[in-house]
Amino acid sequence: MNQEHLAVYEVFVRSNRGLDHKHVGSLHAESPEHALMYARDCYIRRSEGVSIWVVESSNITASTESDVENFVEPMDDKPYRHATHYVLPEKVKNM
Amino acid sequence: MNSIQTNEENKTSLFRFVVALADDSVILSHRLSEWCSNGPYLEEDIALANIALDYIGRARMFYQYAAEVEGENRSEDDLAYLRTEREFTNLIIHELPIGDFAFTMVRQFFLDVFYHLYLQELVKSKDQTVAAIAQKAIKETRYHLKRSEPWIRQLAEGTTESRDRILLAIDELKEVVGELFDMPSWEIELVEAGIAVDRQSLKPAWDKHVQAFLSASDIDFEDTRLQITGGREGIHSEHLGHLLSDMQYLQKTYPGMKW
Repeated sequence: MNQEHLAVYEVFVRSNRGLDHKHVGSLHAESPEHALMYARDCYIRRSEGVSIWVVESSNITASTESDVENFVEPMDDKPYRHATHYVLPEKVKNM
Repeated sequence: MNSIQTNEENKTSLFRFVVALADDSVILSHRLSEWCSNGPYLEEDIALANIALDYIGRARMFYQYAAEVEGENRSEDDLAYLRTEREFTNLIIHELPIGDFAFTMVRQFFLDVFYHLYLQELVKSKDQTVAAIAQKAIKETRYHLKRSEPWIRQLAEGTTESRDRILLAIDELKEVVGELFDMPSWEIELVEAGIAVDRQSLKPAWDKHVQAFLSASDIDFEDTRLQITGGREGIHSEHLGHLLSDMQYLQKTYPGMKW
């Protein structure tokens, strides 16, 4: 079947109330509504989540490999920006 | 829980009623599973297989209960894999070959509308097991309908070819829809006992839903007087035997084989 008319959607699933939606994968679909249904069938059929977001991939603006030099590397030598010296209380599970 | 009738006559009727619902589910499930690896694209493939699994689950619950009602030491597997074509009492609409994608989706749409109405009544059954199975199944069916409706809309309003295929499928399936609303004598008996659902009473609501939905895509849905029936009597189309030879192959070749 001709798949040219199908758009790619990114799927985000929230596994539990209180947690963030996490990217779990992508899929092809005819429309956002179909994408949501396919996401349900492909990604949460074993009860992996309580909520789904789908976003057409073309709507995502992403950093590129060539951005690494000025986007990421300047952070490498600034350890004072890391909160590594704080001890996280055990009760705080999601940080 | 005392849902099994002690009355012998009632017991036979209850068995026939429950096993027929199981047959409807298992046969449709097998047809849907034929799309596995043959879907128009991967996502739809998985979605259809998922619905097939919903119907397998439904079939298992009905078969297990039928076996319990019968009390002859037959298992759910015996009922599904060791009965012959004439012993299967599924309605014919479930057994027809998958055809093209339009045919599969129109059948699904017709059945989803039907089961949506049927299960809403079946949850009120005085038989607690039947009511519990219906309660579980109705949630699945709500989703199935939510899925089949946009497909019909999309194909009917898509290209000339997709619309033609939908119209053709509607014409073919019209002739096997009527059987969904027929009442065999033993089911009438169970309606009186508050266990089964009066299928005939669902017809106006089904017609209304289907006609309203299709007319929005400029399709006139008219009943046809020609109806192919016989499923509940074990009289099937030529397709069921082939389906069973596939579905029952393993148990018939290696009797008693387990996973």
